[in-house]
Amino acid sequence: MHQREIKIINESGLHARPASAFVAEAGRYESNIFILKGDERVNAKSIMGVMSAGITQGTTIILEADGSDETEAIDALTALINSGFGELTI
Amino acid sequence: MKKTGINASPGIAIAKAFVYVKKELNISERTIDDIAAEERRFNDAVEQSRAQLAAIYDRAVAELGAEEAAIFEAHAMFLDDPEFVGAIENDIAGGTSAEIATQKTTDMFSAMFDAMDDPYFKGRAADIKDVGTRILHNLLGVPMVDISHLDEDTIILAEDLAPSDTATMDKAHVKGFATDIGSRTSHTAIMARSLEIPAVLGLDDITATVKDGDTIIVDGSEGVVIVDPTEDEIAVYKAKKEAYDAYRAELAELKDQPAETIDGHRVEIVGNIGSPADAPGVLENGGEGIGLYRTEFLYMNADVMPDEEKQFAAYKSVIEAFEDGAVIIRTLDIGGDKKLPYLPLEEEMNPFLGLRAVRLCFQKEDLFKTQLRAILRASAFGKARIMFPMIGNVDEVKQAKALVRACMAELDAEGKAYDKNIDIGVMIEIPSAAVTADIIVEEAAFFSIGTNDLCQYTLAVDRMNQNVSYLYDPLHPAILRLIKNVIDATAARDDRFTGMCGEMAGDPYAALILLGMGLDEFSMSASSIPQIKKIIRSVTFGEAKAIADDALSMKSSADIRSMITAKMAEKGIKLL
Repeated sequence: MHQREIKIINESGLHARPASAFVAEAGRYESNIFILKGDERVNAKSIMGVMSAGITQGTTIILEADGSDETEAIDALTALINSGFGELTI
Repeated sequence: MKKTGINASPGIAIAKAFVYVKKELNISERTIDDIAAEERRFNDAVEQSRAQLAAIYDRAVAELGAEEAAIFEAHAMFLDDPEFVGAIENDIAGGTSAEIATQKTTDMFSAMFDAMDDPYFKGRAADIKDVGTRILHNLLGVPMVDISHLDEDTIILAEDLAPSDTATMDKAHVKGFATDIGSRTSHTAIMARSLEIPAVLGLDDITATVKDGDTIIVDGSEGVVIVDPTEDEIAVYKAKKEAYDAYRAELAELKDQPAETIDGHRVEIVGNIGSPADAPGVLENGGEGIGLYRTEFLYMNADVMPDEEKQFAAYKSVIEAFEDGAVIIRTLDIGGDKKLPYLPLEEEMNPFLGLRAVRLCFQKEDLFKTQLRAILRASAFGKARIMFPMIGNVDEVKQAKALVRACMAELDAEGKAYDKNIDIGVMIEIPSAAVTADIIVEEAAFFSIGTNDLCQYTLAVDRMNQNVSYLYDPLHPAILRLIKNVIDATAARDDRFTGMCGEMAGDPYAALILLGMGLDEFSMSASSIPQIKKIIRSVTFGEAKAIADDALSMKSSADIRSMITAKMAEKGIKLL
């Protein structure tokens, strides 16, 4: 299992279009992937799960992946978050 | 039986009624013997739903464009969601029927989203319900009540219509709308006018009084619906419909004629639009340009702040649609009743007197400059003008123009093209600006009078408040004097002009007065253009001036209205 802490920097957070992009990317990996925010743990491959977590700009989350491609998955999702989804960033 | 409602979109339709009411599904507990079979039933229903949504999506893309259609793509995404589908599959594996499992999971997720504060997430609750309902219909083999394919000409009766209804309906066969609720500014009204479908709204219980297949008459000009008309009534309305259609055809012939009086006094007739998709309607109705491009819809229809490229593309496409005419782009008018899901603003006691429009833009300078840069870049592709809303004094105009100059300097440094002589004007909608038009004119290349807010602010009337809306009156002597004052401020100078982009500009009762006062440009929704052009072409400028002088000397709008009615009858001007 692989974990990494990361801060959400884009303006709208994991909301709407960024949430869709994030879920689509997570769906490309075989590993089980979760987002941990405080006590909450949501499935990163679920648009409803990700949106329901209400992750806004400035929130720190932990990405957790477990499976054959866990390292690649965490690297790719980290890169996507740090790209700011093409929006204004902190 | 005759019923009266709000005349939301003119014209007459006579056809069979279709009562568009979403039916409750009958879902009861069942014992499941074969869990594997139940799982297959569910999977089949999901696949059917997926195929239906793909078809709706394709149709919406073709008819409305990719942006409006994106919602159906999002619906399809819910069908792939492991949490949503997983929860249903779990319940089925535990022996629950597919219907109960789907209903329960849909309710749970939609309640979860509905409980969120953020308006964007709240809105998704309805989408989840839509998808859940679709799966349930497919499980039960009950077709979704659907107006996307109709066999004959139909008048749609509904409580109200949602954007997904008007997006997917069979436009070739829908001839009219009649609804229980709604107003002239509701979604249904706006769609009906833009599609030129007669509509009467706010009839309270029309869906309860009419049955499928009943013949009804919708008179959207008068706001009347007749249920089960007699043969005499049908004959009367057929004649009325013919007269209406003939008059529309007569107006259509004016399309390429200029808006000028008998003796050659020429004014400009242009359109109000909310998106590039509205531009063709203005051209088809003979509009020479755009007098008001409301850019806020670009922001309101998005999930995130539209960036410079996206705005640039939208502005450029409108500017390019009008080779000969100018396009007045109004900068962001947000606040008051218009909010953005991704831009949280403080709740205000008096939103209409609060942080709105250019006041908000001064606080969010980055946001404002992004828009100004996009407009400037688009100005390289035709004739654009910039207009600032909610200006109350000349210093605000100077402040806004300084920001335009800053953006110009940035573009110069980046080597990007723009129109260096772009006109910068002011929307006159605050009484203080109307009264001091002679001061503001020093800094404004043009004025455009926004009568909707000017009336609200001057008369202290919220026109959405049914208790006081009767006081909302654009022909009030106070409003006419303010308008005259604004026009006079630019009339003295050759390099200035005054237009009007409020609803009053498209009001046939005001047209002759405004023309006579010397208004240079009339901007209105596309469908009003032919009628106003016809009115302008039926008088001499001298006659219009006399009418304006008469109106300005009168003490009440009732007197003004009866004088205008008499003048129009004298000139043989008919109304749609």
